[in-house]
Amino acid sequence: MAYDMKMDKQKMVVVEGSYAVAHAVKTCRPNVISAYPITPQTHIVEDLSQFMADGEIQNCEYINVESEFSALSALVGSSAVGARSYSATTSQGLELMHEVLFNVAGMRMPIVMTVANRAVSAPINIWNDQQDSISQRDTGWIQLYAENIQEISDMTAQAFKISEDKDIMMPSMTCMDGFILSHVYEPLVLLEQDITDEFLPPFRPDRILDPKNPMTFGAFADPNFYTEFRYQQEQAMQNALKKIEDVASEFYDMYGRHFGGLIDEYRTEDADIIIMAMGSIVGTIKDVIDRLREKNVKVGLLKVRAFRPFPAQAIMNVVRDAKVVVVLDKNISLGMNAGALFIETKSVLYNTDIDVPVIGYMIGHGGRDIPMSTIEKIIADAEEVMRSGIRTESQFTDLKEELI
Amino acid sequence: MKEIRIHGRGGQGSVTAAELLAVAAFADSKFSQAFPAFGVERRGAPVQAFTRISDIPIRLRSQIYKPDYVIVQDPTLLESVDVASGLKDDGILIINSEFDPETFKIDTKARIMTVNATKIALDVIGMPIVNTVLLGAFAGATGEIKPESIMEAVRERFPGKIGERNAEAIMKAYEMMEGQN
Repeated sequence: MAYDMKMDKQKMVVVEGSYAVAHAVKTCRPNVISAYPITPQTHIVEDLSQFMADGEIQNCEYINVESEFSALSALVGSSAVGARSYSATTSQGLELMHEVLFNVAGMRMPIVMTVANRAVSAPINIWNDQQDSISQRDTGWIQLYAENIQEISDMTAQAFKISEDKDIMMPSMTCMDGFILSHVYEPLVLLEQDITDEFLPPFRPDRILDPKNPMTFGAFADPNFYTEFRYQQEQAMQNALKKIEDVASEFYDMYGRHFGGLIDEYRTEDADIIIMAMGSIVGTIKDVIDRLREKNVKVGLLKVRAFRPFPAQAIMNVVRDAKVVVVLDKNISLGMNAGALFIETKSVLYNTDIDVPVIGYMIGHGGRDIPMSTIEKIIADAEEVMRSGIRTESQFTDLKEELI
Repeated sequence: MKEIRIHGRGGQGSVTAAELLAVAAFADSKFSQAFPAFGVERRGAPVQAFTRISDIPIRLRSQIYKPDYVIVQDPTLLESVDVASGLKDDGILIINSEFDPETFKIDTKARIMTVNATKIALDVIGMPIVNTVLLGAFAGATGEIKPESIMEAVRERFPGKIGERNAEAIMKAYEMMEGQN
């Protein structure tokens, strides 16, 4: 299906990315917000606090806490009684939530949390990469990555709808590159309240904690029962593959905007070289592709929007006829010398009839800037791989040898 | 696409200026993007902020390496920062200074223009806050943006008397720079 984006400039305003997210959260009518401020997420929770203070979010409680662990723990309670629950964090804050992330997913709580992606310590670094959320890959949270502030805003409403679906009931992380998107001012259409009320009806879970109808959440499961809980979580993730696509289409029908479902494609139709990436780097890549297409370099982009659940089939469909696939990762799995998207892309292509070389670049770690020239150099490498095969399968980009 | 880099010191409102420029450019029917040089900001330390202005939506997310225009809020930065770094030959460097452009020995082929924004700010706003004044100067020097759009963006951000005084200072700086073209 072709999506014709109807961006109405009359409706657009220039605001900060964090404000766009806070406004989107407000429009989704949360019942409980709990968060602990941490750079570069801070502006999101400050803006939400302002909305609360101004009485702009009705029927909502903002719970101040002393840590990220407590923030998410508070939402376990609120979500269990049927409250639409939201948080935002990043980096060490997200890592501090690690234990609770499993609990939320295991108890099938459709909490939505924005992650303003940032590098992890040590050494301390407040700038952007995606190591923080990638490191929470196996906790059972749906993970979506946005390319601009319009997408992260729209994605917020989509995430609640996906997570709260009765066939899913799994939490979602909506990921935006810290600073690059959280602190940028650019035009977007803020979510309209009337359309969002129609798009996202109130949260009415089948089962809630209620003293009148006692029930247990997340209790003990011995070896006779535990496996089936895990199986059902995986089933929910598989259901989410379709739901993410459906919700993106439904969003398009109501708001007129579509940034992809599980994935999105840009000039891939006849591409020999396909670049795969997640997040804000996608915008820079599109500019590079336009420039190289003028020089007849057949290059296209496969934007991975959903990292969990992993869109294996969608990726296979796009890369099937490519001559080389280039995967960019703002993270590294230490000891594997490769980024997660590269590793997983390779793994889904194995045991198939698709035979395409895949190379990986770890890029933009700790906020190192990614100019167009860096992407162009990577694409030049990919052309060399088409001619003479893979020499280096996975490597760091822009490494400063003199510092080592 | 036009790319603008603003140099200042922490506390001088460089980031605010970049944001206001983006808001004003959008009001001028352009697309725009503003972002800080993400750092650990401290009062008085050199800081940078960036704005892109384009006729089509902006997708590029890298920092700005070859600006069309550079604005310097504090001339003492010239001693420690290469403010003309990457500035295009046909670009413009606008410095807040009481001195003539010829006073500055800067390695650039770009045109250097000066405006005594501090004096304008003190006279009109009553405080030595120059970020909005320099936006007026930018509009006058470059013709990239209508001064009214900047004034409106500033009024919206700082409602009331303070916004009005800023708007007045913006127009004054605009007229001074426009006269030099």
